[in-house]
Amino acid sequence: MIQVKNLTKAYGDRVAVNGISFHIDEGEIVGFLGPNGAGKTTTMRMITCFMPATSGSASVGGHDVFTESMQVRRVIGYLPESTPLDIHLRAREYLNFRGKIRGLSRSERAAAIKRVADLCWLGEFINRPIHQLSKGMKQRVGLADALLHDPKVLILDEPTVGLDPTQIRETRNLIQELAKRHTVLLSSHILPEVEATCQRTIIIAGGSIVASGSPDELKTRIREGSRLIAELTGDAAAIEKAVKAINGVKEVARESDNGWHRFIIETNKNADPREAIYKLATENKWSMRELRLEAGTLEEFFVRITAEQAAQRKAAEVRS
Amino acid sequence: MIDRIKALTERELAAIFLSFIAYVVGVLFLLVTGMLFTFETLTEGGEATMRPLFDHMSWLLILALPLITMRMISDEYASGTVETLMTAPVSDAEVVLGKFFGTFLFYVALILSTLVYVVALAMFSKPDLLATAYGYLGLLLLGALYASVGLFASSLTRHQLIAAVLAIAILALFSYAVDYLAMIQGGAWRNTLSYINILHHFKDFSKGIFDTKAIVFFVSSTAFFLFLCVKVMESKRWR
Repeated sequence: MIQVKNLTKAYGDRVAVNGISFHIDEGEIVGFLGPNGAGKTTTMRMITCFMPATSGSASVGGHDVFTESMQVRRVIGYLPESTPLDIHLRAREYLNFRGKIRGLSRSERAAAIKRVADLCWLGEFINRPIHQLSKGMKQRVGLADALLHDPKVLILDEPTVGLDPTQIRETRNLIQELAKRHTVLLSSHILPEVEATCQRTIIIAGGSIVASGSPDELKTRIREGSRLIAELTGDAAAIEKAVKAINGVKEVARESDNGWHRFIIETNKNADPREAIYKLATENKWSMRELRLEAGTLEEFFVRITAEQAAQRKAAEVRS
Repeated sequence: MIDRIKALTERELAAIFLSFIAYVVGVLFLLVTGMLFTFETLTEGGEATMRPLFDHMSWLLILALPLITMRMISDEYASGTVETLMTAPVSDAEVVLGKFFGTFLFYVALILSTLVYVVALAMFSKPDLLATAYGYLGLLLLGALYASVGLFASSLTRHQLIAAVLAIAILALFSYAVDYLAMIQGGAWRNTLSYINILHHFKDFSKGIFDTKAIVFFVSSTAFFLFLCVKVMESKRWR
């Protein structure tokens, strides 16, 4: 449904999106994950025909975004990050206008507005001027607009940013509901967000795709950098030696405080020596008050990725 | 296409009538023209003609119309609504035309309300109605050009106030500054400078002369500025 090939966008010297390629099949719900400034919004803007690519191509529903812009726009429902709306209008008037420019007839508009108002729980707020609505309600009006023409493809840029926890949950449920009928591409900078809603995630950092796959696959990749924390009492040197001998342990660091020793244990990929450590502790009668796997966070993952990218770039520069 | 332009025109009209500035501009315009009419035209023994008022309107509108058009495009970019607008199946030209017709319809309503002066004049004397009609035709053409210049200025910046100042400057240049330049520049330049003087073309209408050359001037220059406006919007995508 969405095909992106070597898409690049440069603002002057700064490359915002650097030759990314991916495709999204019909009916898929795909999350675009990345830190702020990674190029998510720029990519979405190119797919939605808001700005042309510097090079590369993209097509939606078989139509090229550059040469068949109008066909692409008909297929897409787009919710930009800042949810821009005509704030002086009432929600109903705004949706009516949007229906008109999308070429819906009077009766089609009436039916469509009723449908999206129910879907997005606009309720009585539909008759309020938009400038009086809360951020969450505005977001719903924006979403209602994106759904108005029952588009095949929904592109949602940070759909839950700025919402309260209840609204976030409601919006997630709604998006999952929508995924049954539409192909969805949504962006986020929060992992649980994408985990909760998407079948597939594309991680983008520094304008390039750094990883993609199902949430589970990505979780394993993100955990590569995980650490164990263990707090024990006993002979610190002996413990350290014993722990180091466990299969899969790469490095052990130690902090001591008031008789308790806190060990920070770096492990090899996919190794989990927690059970071994517990056994060790019971055999040697060391008291233990903590033993946990500190999963690598998305932030750490991004930091690692961007560091790798910087190193690669440096290496490339040295070579040239 | 027509349906979309119509929808966009309605949207602009709604925005104008829901904005405070339109009422301020409308009221001030009618207040000033009303005073000028009462104290200048509606005097005992005065000439029964709208001509002085038409000429006053031509400079008043240089201030009034840019205040109406200033936010139209600049604000789309400043508030981000351009993103939802330009990802809907509408072309840049349709958007600009919608804004132009919206402004123009508001302007027509404003100008129609000055017909009261003609009625007042006709109550006390016998003005030349055909000449007055030509004067109004000239006002419509003039307003169209001013609106297109205002929209062009609004497309150049995100700041409404800069857009208004820019439009007023462009219109003042083509109305008054060219006169001055023509005076100090002799020879071949004089003809060119006097041709691009907006008010020269308008004066024919306010005198009550039907001038096809002036109509061509107004229509083509209006189209030219709208074209520039579309080109500016297109070029903004690449930045």
